[in-house]
Amino acid sequence: MLSYLIRRLILVLPVAFGVSVICFLLVQIAPGDPLTAIMPIDATAEEQAAMRAAYGLDKPLPIQYAVWIGNLVQGDMGKSIASGRPVATEVFGAVKNSLLLAASAAVIAFPIGVFLGFLAGYFQESWVDRCVTALSITGVSVPNYWLGIVLVIIFSVNLGWLPSMGAGPGGSGAWEWDWLHVRHLVLPAVTLAVVPIGIVSRTVRALSGDILTQDFVQALYAKGMSRVDVLRHVARNAAATALSVMGLQLGYLLGGSILIETVFNWPGSGFLLSNAIFQRDLPLLQGTILVLALFFVAMNLIVDVVQAAIDPRIQRT
Amino acid sequence: MSRFSRGFAALATAAAMACGTLAQAQGTLRIGMTAADIPLTTGQTDQGGEGMRFMGYTVYDSLIEWDLSSADKPSVLIPGLATDWSVGEDELTWTFTLRDGVTFHDGSPFTAESVVWNFDKLLDDSSPQYDPRQSAQGKSRIPAVASYEAIDDLTLTITTKEPDATLPYQLAWILMSSRANWEAMDMDWEKVAMSPSGTGPWKLETFVPRERAELVPNTEYWDDTRIPELDKLVLIPLPEPNARAAALMSGQVDWIEAPAPDTIPAMQGNGFVISSNAYPHNWTWHLSRLEGSPWNDIRVRKAANMAIDRTGMMPLLGGLMVPAKGFLPPSSQWFGEPTFDPSYDLDAARALMTEAGFGPDNRLTVKALISPSGSGQMLPLPMNEFVQQSLAEIWIDVEFMVVEWNQMINLWRAGAADPAVEGAQSINFTYFIQDPFTGLIRHLDENLIAPNGTNWGHYSDPEMQELFNRIKTTFDPEEQTAVLQQTHEKFVDDALFLFVTHDVAPRAMAPKVKGFVQAQNWYQNFSGITIEE
Repeated sequence: MLSYLIRRLILVLPVAFGVSVICFLLVQIAPGDPLTAIMPIDATAEEQAAMRAAYGLDKPLPIQYAVWIGNLVQGDMGKSIASGRPVATEVFGAVKNSLLLAASAAVIAFPIGVFLGFLAGYFQESWVDRCVTALSITGVSVPNYWLGIVLVIIFSVNLGWLPSMGAGPGGSGAWEWDWLHVRHLVLPAVTLAVVPIGIVSRTVRALSGDILTQDFVQALYAKGMSRVDVLRHVARNAAATALSVMGLQLGYLLGGSILIETVFNWPGSGFLLSNAIFQRDLPLLQGTILVLALFFVAMNLIVDVVQAAIDPRIQRT
Repeated sequence: MSRFSRGFAALATAAAMACGTLAQAQGTLRIGMTAADIPLTTGQTDQGGEGMRFMGYTVYDSLIEWDLSSADKPSVLIPGLATDWSVGEDELTWTFTLRDGVTFHDGSPFTAESVVWNFDKLLDDSSPQYDPRQSAQGKSRIPAVASYEAIDDLTLTITTKEPDATLPYQLAWILMSSRANWEAMDMDWEKVAMSPSGTGPWKLETFVPRERAELVPNTEYWDDTRIPELDKLVLIPLPEPNARAAALMSGQVDWIEAPAPDTIPAMQGNGFVISSNAYPHNWTWHLSRLEGSPWNDIRVRKAANMAIDRTGMMPLLGGLMVPAKGFLPPSSQWFGEPTFDPSYDLDAARALMTEAGFGPDNRLTVKALISPSGSGQMLPLPMNEFVQQSLAEIWIDVEFMVVEWNQMINLWRAGAADPAVEGAQSINFTYFIQDPFTGLIRHLDENLIAPNGTNWGHYSDPEMQELFNRIKTTFDPEEQTAVLQQTHEKFVDDALFLFVTHDVAPRAMAPKVKGFVQAQNWYQNFSGITIEE
């Protein structure tokens, strides 16, 4: 197990390097000018050139990359061009908020998805299966920003039960675990949970349906094992694949919630990323993408390790 | 995003919310801004007009300010931290008498040394207080300033590089922050950002970057008429229009800036108040005057202006626009009395096009640079399609080149001759046109031809240049106004732009918000507002 873990950790290094190169180049390719965010648009060409030099944006790309990566390995992600604040402060503050949202959505989505998936797999081809299938396809198909708006109109605008935006009455910096704050989390978390509910339930349905038809299940019944014990075996067999899907979904939830965070004005990494894109805030853009990508890599690593722990066969591959 | 907005409006209407469920906050006004972040808090704000509106003239003052007290007349300059100013016989040296007894929020006195210290903050990169971020925002606003000196506590002189009678307008940009506070914050502008100190009517009490800023009244403010009546002013960045609308309608904010036009009927139907007024903004096509541009023919320019049914465009914007009659809004003090009327007259437009050699069998094709969104651009796609259809009526076929807003700004700076604009002969750019420089000079001054300045179309005309020189050398305010009017008359009579419309700065607010007077200005006064419970 330890050698497997070391092998996987070593593999992370080239991936992380590749991610850093790609995210640096991607943001440089986009047309636009980060100085737009910090200078009046009619600043003279001379003033623009001075500012470009001050931020090192006049240097060739390889040198800009070398400076960036050099600072990065020393723990310095630079400063946001638009806000002047340290990128690390901006990114980690936003990632913390996104993690809160993603974890809440996962807490809602994964148990529901697994339960519905098992239900549909166990009662395959029955009306239960059809209902769950319809529900999960709807979940995957409905644009979640649209659903978010509808939920806002019903529960915020019309009923006045839940707030429509923000991360608490005093902002995310003053977050507390009480209803006054948690109520801000309800609508975005529910909206964000809809897609993973559909994906997880479809995956678990397919897995459990397949496993239930295998010979060893019949053998377990033949040995006189109870239905609950048999299902436990089925669950364990399905767990490795289901876990990997859920791990990937958690990564998507963290990095892929730009629309939801925009609709609900949630101060997370997606919202930060969207603003950084519009402002061409290169250091912030690079930092945010890198952190999210590395989080994704880390999630994959964790999933691999947990899978290996559950299913020893994986360690040998 | 417009389809997204329309969907929201339809759903919002269907939802028919009840106003009675709104949360109440005694004496607190919560505003949803369009900005994605709290504007820079240290003094010289970023984020354009919105930054100055919410974090500039609230926390800070300038030597000379805009009069924001009236909705009925154009805004003019009034004394701020300077009570009096005059220019010497050399037409270069200005003497300012400063207001006595003014203190910063931290209690330190405001003197002529404070002004010198603030100018150094922007212009002298060897001074310890030099702040590149504030300098980036402020330096280009005061191009005339050559030197400055504190004569005594209440007397300041500023020398300009050349005679420039627009200096007072330039100074209205420059906001005064406190040296004592900067020193107390370890001379660190990042620390000052969290706890700034100005002389303005509001003090920044709480600041959560990207999420909220809370301002409380400065009860010691030097102008009794502008001491805030509210207990608190809360600013919340809400860049997404639908999120702003939902926040207002669910009672999380009391006021939103720039509601999307298609959400306005739903808001009005539910008792929310829409405030709007003319202000110095325009939505134009800035035309290329390079050799070979079809816009070099005044007949084509006039015909295009007369082909646009601006009244017909109004429903597209929910009525929230002022049809353009020139470059400046008709209510501007500098509008003058132009002889050319760009009002809709299809027959006259076609006659001009025929005279210019065009017709149904000999159509003119032009290429126009537009953006799908952008600050102040209103609803650029449908509005440009409206213009495209209007021009087709006079045999002008418009081919659009659509670029994202940030790139559009680059192409605007690059100018019509730059290869990156791919031969586009116009750019749809909206303008802040509040003072003589931003309103008139910068667009057509031959010394500012792009990329050195913002004369995008490479326009050059000795007569116009002479008018610009006279604006700068006419120191008597009344005479200067007359020159500004003449200049604008030439803008219109020569049909130098495709004049389409002016925005009216709509803002939606809960009915409990009382006492707001929307000045004809990019900035506003929040001091007279109350919340009626």
